[in-house]
Amino acid sequence: MSAVLAQTSFTAPEIDWWGVSPQIVLLSGALTILLLNALLPVKPPAWVTTGLSIVTSIVTIVFAAILWYDVRDPNEGPASIIAGALGVDGFSVFFMVLLPLIAIVGSLLIHDFAAREGIQAPELHALLLSAALGGIVMAQANDLIVLFLGLETLSLALYVAAAMYLRKSEAQEAAVKYFVLGAFSSAFFLYGVALIYGATGSTNLVEIRDFLAGNVLGENALLLIGIGLLVVGLGFKVAAVPFHMWAPDVYQGAATPVSGVMAAMAKAAGFAAIIRVLDESLGIFSDDWTPLIWALAALSLVLGSTLAVVQSDVKRMLAYSSIAHAGYVLVAVESASDDGVTAALFYVFTYSFLVLGSFGAVAAISGRGDRATTLDDLRGLSRRRPVLAMAFTVVLLAQAGVPFTSGFIGKFLAIRAAAESGSWILAILAMVMAVVATYFYLRIVVAMWLTDPDDDAAPIDVPIANAVALAGCVGVTVVVGIVPQFLIEFARDAVPVLVSAPAL
Amino acid sequence: MSISPLLAAGGEATFPLLTTMVLVPAIGALVIALMPAARTEVIRQVGVIFAAISGAISIYVLSQFETSDAGFQFVSQRSWIADLGISWHVGIDGISLFLVVLTGLLFPFVLVAITPEHDEKAYTAWILLLMSGCMGVFVALDLFMFFVFFEIVLVPMYMLIGGWGHGRRVYAATKFFLYTMLGSALMLVALLALVFISARDGLPVTFDLLELAERQNLSVETGRWLFAAFAIAFGIKVPIFPLHTWLPDAHTEAPTAGSVILAGVMLKLGTYGLIRYGLFLFPEASVWFAPAMVTLGVIGIIYGAVVATMQTDLKRLVAYSSVAHLGFIVLGTFALTSTGIQGGVLQMVNHGISTGGLFLLVGMLYERRHTREIAKLRGIQKPAPIMAGVFTVVMLSSIGLPGLNGFVGEFMILIGSFPTRRWWTVVATVGVILAALYLLWAYQRVFHGEPDEENARTPDLTAGEMLVMAPVLAAIVFMGVYPKPVLERIEPAVDRLVAHVEEFTDFESPEVAVVPDAPVGEEHGEEGEE
Repeated sequence: MSAVLAQTSFTAPEIDWWGVSPQIVLLSGALTILLLNALLPVKPPAWVTTGLSIVTSIVTIVFAAILWYDVRDPNEGPASIIAGALGVDGFSVFFMVLLPLIAIVGSLLIHDFAAREGIQAPELHALLLSAALGGIVMAQANDLIVLFLGLETLSLALYVAAAMYLRKSEAQEAAVKYFVLGAFSSAFFLYGVALIYGATGSTNLVEIRDFLAGNVLGENALLLIGIGLLVVGLGFKVAAVPFHMWAPDVYQGAATPVSGVMAAMAKAAGFAAIIRVLDESLGIFSDDWTPLIWALAALSLVLGSTLAVVQSDVKRMLAYSSIAHAGYVLVAVESASDDGVTAALFYVFTYSFLVLGSFGAVAAISGRGDRATTLDDLRGLSRRRPVLAMAFTVVLLAQAGVPFTSGFIGKFLAIRAAAESGSWILAILAMVMAVVATYFYLRIVVAMWLTDPDDDAAPIDVPIANAVALAGCVGVTVVVGIVPQFLIEFARDAVPVLVSAPAL
Repeated sequence: MSISPLLAAGGEATFPLLTTMVLVPAIGALVIALMPAARTEVIRQVGVIFAAISGAISIYVLSQFETSDAGFQFVSQRSWIADLGISWHVGIDGISLFLVVLTGLLFPFVLVAITPEHDEKAYTAWILLLMSGCMGVFVALDLFMFFVFFEIVLVPMYMLIGGWGHGRRVYAATKFFLYTMLGSALMLVALLALVFISARDGLPVTFDLLELAERQNLSVETGRWLFAAFAIAFGIKVPIFPLHTWLPDAHTEAPTAGSVILAGVMLKLGTYGLIRYGLFLFPEASVWFAPAMVTLGVIGIIYGAVVATMQTDLKRLVAYSSVAHLGFIVLGTFALTSTGIQGGVLQMVNHGISTGGLFLLVGMLYERRHTREIAKLRGIQKPAPIMAGVFTVVMLSSIGLPGLNGFVGEFMILIGSFPTRRWWTVVATVGVILAALYLLWAYQRVFHGEPDEENARTPDLTAGEMLVMAPVLAAIVFMGVYPKPVLERIEPAVDRLVAHVEEFTDFESPEVAVVPDAPVGEEHGEEGEE
């Protein structure tokens, strides 16, 4: 940066518009939604907004697909664009596909939720798209400052989304909690960036890697503290223990579809950043950061699984389970290998649909006012809504790791990565905790299938968009569970590559 | 459609018979899920048809099975998850053949014989899924494939116990699920460890059972650790003492169909696993752990028998008798002689028939009297003589009376284990006597005596129920009198397995001559001794 300031004339970097096309599409989509709703004399009907949001995401994925071909093309390959600020590689394309997919499911869920609760939700859709945009920037960032920009874009969008459901006071509380703790974690992250800059003289991930590869640090305390602070900051985002305190309150308090999106998107983007920074840029220091990740993984697995068992609110239970799932991804990350990255990407991808499906089912069950989210509210669901109960059961059992679901393959890959790198204790711990976790998934299943419904239970309505979203999630879960090869290949080819920027 | 018995087929143009056999019930479950729940009659027929197709294939496989071939037959292999070296690899040998046939016959039989109390649609669908799962376990020749099928059976069984069970069904179902899953969790880690540790010195990563069994490049200590993890998983499933505590609960609270399937097929997933994934994959560790396993088996025999004697609930009594019977199978398996293992395999089938039959009878009794308390039952023989007669035969088969199927298996196990584990065998023999004690005593209390007013009104077996029990009795008598067709198919595969164990260890399996002067195939002779 100082080099740039010292120059008398500022040379604007060349911009590869293709490389940022997904971001441009998302941003235009979000702005169009906001402007249409602000400027049109008559508010457009809700389905127009939802449709716009979904179309935007689909177009984003189309652009991502084009980029994928560029990246896979041996003549082109991965590239670094905009003066080394962003990377275009399989890894970033992976998230350019995943995050808009999450946004599509989220939009569908929000559509029905808004209709039921009688709230105007165009802003929610726009926020969803901005959050996806932020997440993509995080996955693409080749510079810690850019990464921070993405992180803040994602986080601010999600803070507001959590607060949007004004009618419920818990939502306000959740949003404030999320905001304060999130800001706190961002500060940690920034401090970490500063320390790493101090230790290596750069915030660029490629330059950091090259610097560390070429120089032996006489005194690396600064760097290690920096790494630690980065992990703290990102640990908050993915809700890894001990930085998980906000998750149960926020997931429980926020509007149910928003909780689902939050769980899926923040986790995906957070892990994108963790993998990109730790595995690629700081890969040479893996001996120093793996113990840290090991501890986070173990704590997340144990506390997430055991605390979920004692919950009686399904959303809270899912929050703790999402903490445990963060543990599994960390198990994969801990192996610090390409197989580990593949496993982590696969896990993040499949888990997104599991958690969206779970919250989607809860959103349908929770009823007007979004309050019926306890285990008792699920009693006899199989009698009242057999298809909904079946869909919910599939995503729950998948989270428990039952074969022929994506969740099993995800766990399998994570444990495989751990086994390959010789982390036996972590592997065994992860599997034992999977059994503990199964207990509370089974509690939900028991409530749905093996108890009788209350006579005065409110009727459950599954609107069409919600049903489509659920069907999509269950479809992904089962198809990936039976024929996982294509997604494994996608995740394998999406292992990040850091390429230095062409000289200006 | 000529099927050539090939060991390493792959890409053969033959019809994938075993794959069809595995998948047909699952497709049936899907079809039923899409049918309207109100039409119970149609649902049942569709369920029976799909199960019967799978069963018919198993019979066809039996008829086409090359008796003298020790290797795997009807092999087919397709890449499944190429990135990880995982393939859909199925095949069948003498060890799995009769378990497959048992599965293929038992499930349609259960669907025909037992009517659920409610919600026939879901019930039938779960049973069909369970059938697919069990078939998959027995024909899998790929560790990943084996594991997924081994795990998937938990879900339908959980639903069956939880949804259609008695009393504390949710507790029993959850306990069953978690216990088994804990074992599998360890097994998954061990499985991955095996795959990766053996993929060294330039060998590719593979989950193929045959390939891994041939490699045997683990260090002694690693092999033992991994074997221990596998053994715990299978030990829970079998169940081996002291991992058995889920079994009495699950068996007692399960609906009759659940108990029959549990005893008939699902417990064998564990004993089959011990042979196929214990002895075959870890010969050295199996020999090293053999004394411990045999000891646990014998403890199971005695413990199961003693506890069964104390039971006040008839179904729980039968459940504990399973612990004892499966102790015999473990003893036979880890005696590591051909005769012992053959006896073990045979006993797996026998136990499926006789204990399955006992559970069916207890279920029928429960339907009539709505209690399984032995103290409340008395003198049933008077109002229901046919039931008493059938019960006697099935019970005697369970006790191991010569001439009935239970005897052949137990006898071979004892003969086979005597040369290597003399004193264990002596203790195990006591278990045979105890079995007679608790079963006869129970029979005496339930069927003998003067019935009180309630018991006197117990109706006898209906024609339909007699029809249900007839094939059970036929199988019991046939396999007791003429086990040769079964044994001669089991033997080559078991001999090969023992040779495999000998090849990779110092262990030498003693020659067991059942009939000293028999010129060939000495193991076949023992029914002539009766």
